[in-house]
Formats: sequence, structure tokens, C-alpha cells
Amino acid sequence: MNHQQRAPQRRDRIVERQRRRNLLATVFLHLELAVVAVIVVFPLLWVVGASLGPGGGLASATPIPTDASFDNYVHLFTETDYGRWYLNSLYVAVLNMIGSVLLAALCGYVFARVRFRGRKAGMLSILILQMFPTFLTAIAVYMLFLNFGLLDSLTGLALVSIAAALPYNIWLMKGYTDNLPASLDEAAAIDGAGRLLIFRRIMLPLMRPMLTFVAITQFTMPWMDFILPRLLLQSPDKQTVALGLFQMITDQYQNDFTSFAAGAVVLAVPITILYIVLQRYLVTGAAAGAEKG
Amino acid sequence: MSTTAQRSALSAPVPGIASALVWGAGQLINRQAGKAAFFFVFFAGAIGWEVSSGNYYAGMEFTARSNGGFFVKGLWGLFTLGSQPRQMTINGLTEGDNSIVLMANGLIALLTLALLAVMWIWSIRDAVRYRARLNAGGERERSRDYFRQLWDGAFAYIVLSPGLVLIVFMSVLPVLFGILVAFTDYNRDNLPPKNLVNWVGLDNFATILSVPAWTGTFFGVLVWTFVWAIFATASTYAFGFLQAVLLSSRRVRFPRVWRSIFLLPWAVPAIVSALVFRSMFNGQFGPISQFLVDIGLTEERIYWFTDPSMPNVARGVALLINLWLGFPFFMALIGGVLTNIPATYYEAARIDGAGPVHQLRYITLPVVHRTVAPLLILAFVSNFNNFGVIYFLTEGGPDNADYRFAGSTDLLITWLFKLTLDNRLYNIGAVMSLVIFVIVGTISVWNLNRSKAIREL
Repeated sequence: MNHQQRAPQRRDRIVERQRRRNLLATVFLHLELAVVAVIVVFPLLWVVGASLGPGGGLASATPIPTDASFDNYVHLFTETDYGRWYLNSLYVAVLNMIGSVLLAALCGYVFARVRFRGRKAGMLSILILQMFPTFLTAIAVYMLFLNFGLLDSLTGLALVSIAAALPYNIWLMKGYTDNLPASLDEAAAIDGAGRLLIFRRIMLPLMRPMLTFVAITQFTMPWMDFILPRLLLQSPDKQTVALGLFQMITDQYQNDFTSFAAGAVVLAVPITILYIVLQRYLVTGAAAGAEKG
Repeated sequence: MSTTAQRSALSAPVPGIASALVWGAGQLINRQAGKAAFFFVFFAGAIGWEVSSGNYYAGMEFTARSNGGFFVKGLWGLFTLGSQPRQMTINGLTEGDNSIVLMANGLIALLTLALLAVMWIWSIRDAVRYRARLNAGGERERSRDYFRQLWDGAFAYIVLSPGLVLIVFMSVLPVLFGILVAFTDYNRDNLPPKNLVNWVGLDNFATILSVPAWTGTFFGVLVWTFVWAIFATASTYAFGFLQAVLLSSRRVRFPRVWRSIFLLPWAVPAIVSALVFRSMFNGQFGPISQFLVDIGLTEERIYWFTDPSMPNVARGVALLINLWLGFPFFMALIGGVLTNIPATYYEAARIDGAGPVHQLRYITLPVVHRTVAPLLILAFVSNFNNFGVIYFLTEGGPDNADYRFAGSTDLLITWLFKLTLDNRLYNIGAVMSLVIFVIVGTISVWNLNRSKAIREL
């Protein structure tokens, strides 16, 4: 009798202890997550706070300003060339995106589906070219443009950007297209569809996920790229956002930090939203690139 | 019957030699007028271009510099890099040779010649093969059929050509040009069009390897670049792994909310985050130094990135900030892998009595590692060339008195940037580019050899 009573009691105690240990683990788990979250969020909160706070120097910036206002944003668009830089970046970004998607889709399709002489050599050269850091070509392009007087052109910058990313993008699209079922386009070819028609009607829709990846990366790249525009652009009205922000923070450090903060927020918010919304494409796209190259 | 005898009398190399001398001549001997015209047009075009772009007069003394056309002057310029510097005369400044323009034109001429050489070999081979086929009793082929067949086969080339042109002029040409500059004395003391640039052979390589100041900087920066790349990759991977595993736990409340928060550093443009951190760690006005003084942890403000007496603090902070920037990507990636591990693996392990640690060690880690390994190498390469973080954060600082044009946190790539843009030492910069390419190329080739990509080509 006594014995029988004690057994459930002991079981209760064990369960209780396990429950407590679980609870402790859960608490620690959330504590860790919270600490990391604070570290992650604080710098971002700080810059947003600085952009809303009273205008001026770095020392007065706080994460949560007492008298929040949009003065810094008004200042940014009226007193500095930020609007101009933004339009410049937009122009380069759109051109870069359209050019890259178009060329990567066409070339990737051809390399994956058409057997032609020189295909292997072509793929191999593309592979070697994409190993060259963009940067190395950029410096040579700078020296060439300098001597031929081609510097300071936004279209030129977009063309160089397209070319610099093209080998990698072709490689990516080719790898993706390789894995698409060949039966669809073979059937269309038997029905007498031309290659261009097959490409447009059948392949292009199938290639869409990876094309989305190329489009996003190539659209966002010019906003963040620093080296190429720094090398190829010179006059003040041809700067891009990245260049302008960097100048703001290095030249007028003490007295214009809040304008920088506002500019940083205006640059970061659209791209951040884009990345968070399209994260699935971006992560799988990057992974696919690594597996292929 | 007699024509057949005549045909077989002509041996195959004869039209080949004819085509080698005058393009299309061999095809004409083979009685393929259309094809002959096709090749001849290229031949005449090349010669016409050369003659019309140069100054060819009968009876005048010929020099490549003043009379050469596109090809001759181009090659002359590539080999000599110009012979007459700009000079002051009574008529004012003479127009001297611009070595760099000459070099670039020479390269373009050389690339064009290479393309023409392909056409040339094609025409010779075509002439020989066709004749050999005829001699073996093959059917005659009309030029038009040949071209129709060619047109069908040329779809690939036509579609590829815009991309090809862009790559040749914006990537291949600059790469070749960059390689050539490494063997010249093109730098701030020797700028065209004022001065002539000369070929100097391997002098620049010798400078880096034998002048102590250069050697010290080069090896110092190289070692730090490797340390940086290894630690940056390992730390982001390890921490991303940890966060992914923690988030996958069933105990976590609102995992999607946490995940979205942790993804922020990946989603915010790196240039913005890096510049924000640069301000936060600003020695004079930044909030972090201020905070440490306020709570009494340090007596004076810490100049994180500008104090030459503590380069390792700057390096450590840069690595930490890189961790902040880099872990979310691995977290997202590994999170995706984790959801794909079948739950049965873990159940089986539990039945066998494996605790959480063992499950992690023997199931999660190997599976994740196998999937993510190729990305690690890619991440290593991109960290090796991580211009953004270092340049925006520290600009290579703090200053290092022992280094030439480099600070304590400078990577090879930021040093290269400073050498080229700030100091205009183009030749040394080009040498550094080659060094970086050799290192990165070796890693990439090794990586490719292991992967299936090459075999699938």
C-alpha cells in the first residue's frame, strides 16, 4: 500500500523536475534570442533615431529622440544633392537590371540548350572570367576610360556593371536551365516552333525564379556598389547614393551626421523591404550559384 | 570523265595554300564562288581598313609611327609604347605619343587580328577539306547550301554576340590591359601624355619582393587578409549555425518574428550598416566610446579605428562587425537545410538513446555541412575580397608606420584600391591585382575540381 503510493509521487517529482528544467531551457533560449535581437536592432534603431532627432552632430544622436521631426529629411532633399544622386542610382539600377536579365536569360538558354561549336571553350572562359574579382577589371576599365575620355558617364557605368556581372549570371542561368525538363521544348520543336519562340513562350516562364534572383541582385547592386562608381564617376552631379553617403560621413563629419542618417534610412528602407519580402528567392539563388560554381 | 581525272589530279593542300595567301582563292579553285567571295570580303576589308586608316604613299619612307594604319600602328604602339614624348618647341607643345592610348589601341588591334586569324584558319581548312572530299569522290556542294546550313547552326552565335561583345570590351580587354600594366612603369611619376611609359619587364615584381618597405607591407597585409578571411568565414558560419539550430527548436515562441529580426543585417545594404557602425565606433564623438566612459569602464575614450598603438583592437572589432553583417545569411541558409532533415532521423536517434548533443553532432552537423560546404569556399573568397566592410568601416586604419600606403586593417583589395586611386601607382596596383587573381583563382579551381560543375560543362 505504502509502496504503491510512493511510486506515483516519485514520478511526479521527476516530471516536475523535468518540467522545471525545460522551462529553464526555454527561458535561456529566449534570453539568448533577445540579447542577439537587441544587438541586431540597436544600430539600426540608433540611425533611425538620429535621422529623426534634432539636426547636427554625431554626439547628440540617440536611438529614441525626444522631439522627433522630419527636419533632417527635408534638409536632405532641399539642401544636399541627395535627390539627384537617388535618380542617378535609379537610372543605373534599372539599366543594369534590364540589361543583365536580358543577356543572362539569352546566353544562359543558349549555353544550356543549344549545342554549337566552341560551347565548351565558351563556358570555360566564362568560368575563368567570373573568378576575376570585379574590382580588378574595374581598375583597368578606369585606366582605359581615363585615357579615352569616357569617364563620368552613368550609362558607361551601367554597361561596365552589366559586363562585370555577366559571366556569373550566365553561369547561374545555364546551371538553372540545365535542370529544367527538356521534354517541353523538345515537344515544341517537334511541333515546328522556332528557337526564339520556344525561348520566349516556354523557357522564359520556366526560368522565372532564377531570373527574379538576377533581377533583384542586379537592381540592388548599383545602390550599394562603391568601387565602380567611385572609379568611373567624377563630377558632383553624377554621383550615386553610395558615393554621396560616404562623402557625407567623411567630409562633413561633425556637423552633418543627421543628414547622413536620413539619407541612409531613405536608401536602406526600400532595399530592406525588398530583401525581406523576396528572401526565399535570394537565399536559394545564392545557394544555387555556389553549387554550380 | 575527264573533269574527274582533272579534279583528282589536284591534291588537297593546293587550295589550302592558295587560301592562305589570298583568302577565298582556294575556294575559287574549288569552284565555290559564293564562299570565295565571303572570305575575300573579310580579307579585303582588313587590308582596306589598314590602308585607309594609315598613310600609305608610294615612294615615301615608311615608318610605323607616322604611316601605319590601324593594325600596323597598333602593333607598333603595343611593342614600343610610343617613341616621342611631348616636347616644348617654338610652335608650342608638340603632340607626343600617349603610351596608354597606344597600348589600348594595340590590344584592340591584336584582338581583331586574333578574330581574323580564326577566319583565316577556317578558310584554309574549308578549302583543304572540301578538296579532299571531292578527291574522295564526294558530292559537289553549292555555296548557298553551305551558308544556309551555317545560318541554321549560327543561331547560338547570333544570340550570344551582344553578350560576347560586351564581355570582350568590358572584361577581357581590361583584364589583358591590367596584366600588361604590371610590366610597365605607369605611375604618378610617369603619366602620359606628358611622359612615355616603358616596358620594364619584371621590375615591379622585383620591387615588391626585394624593397623592404614594400615586402613588409605586402606580407603583412597578405597574412592579415588570410586571417581575416578565415575568421570572418568561420565566425559567421558558426554563429549562423547556432542561431538556426536555436530557432528550429520547438520551444521557441514566434520563430518567424525572431527570424525576421535576425535577417535585418542581411537585408539592410551593407554600405549603410558599415557606415553606421563606423559612426558608432567613432573615437571622438561615437556613442560606444562615450558609453564606456560613462559607466566607468574606461578612463578615456577609445579610438577604435584610429589608434595606431592598438591595431588588434581595430581588427577584432572589424571581425565582430563582420559577424553582425554576415551571420544572417548562413542562418537563413542553414534554417532551410534544417527543415529538410527528415524527423525520422531524430526519432531513430532518440530510440537509440542519443541525447540532444549527440543528435546535433552526428545528424545535424554532417547534413548541414555537406550542403553548405561549397558556399563556405565562396564565402571565403568573398571575404578575402571584402572591400566594403573594411573600407567603409576603417578605411584601412589605424595608420601603420611600417606599411607603405596601407593601414593595419587593410586587406589586399583595399590596399590595391588606395595604391591605384589615391596614390596612382598603377603598375604596383596591377601587380597586386595579379597576385589576388592567382590566389583567388587557385582556390576557385581547387573548389571546381571537387564539384561536378566542370564535368557537366
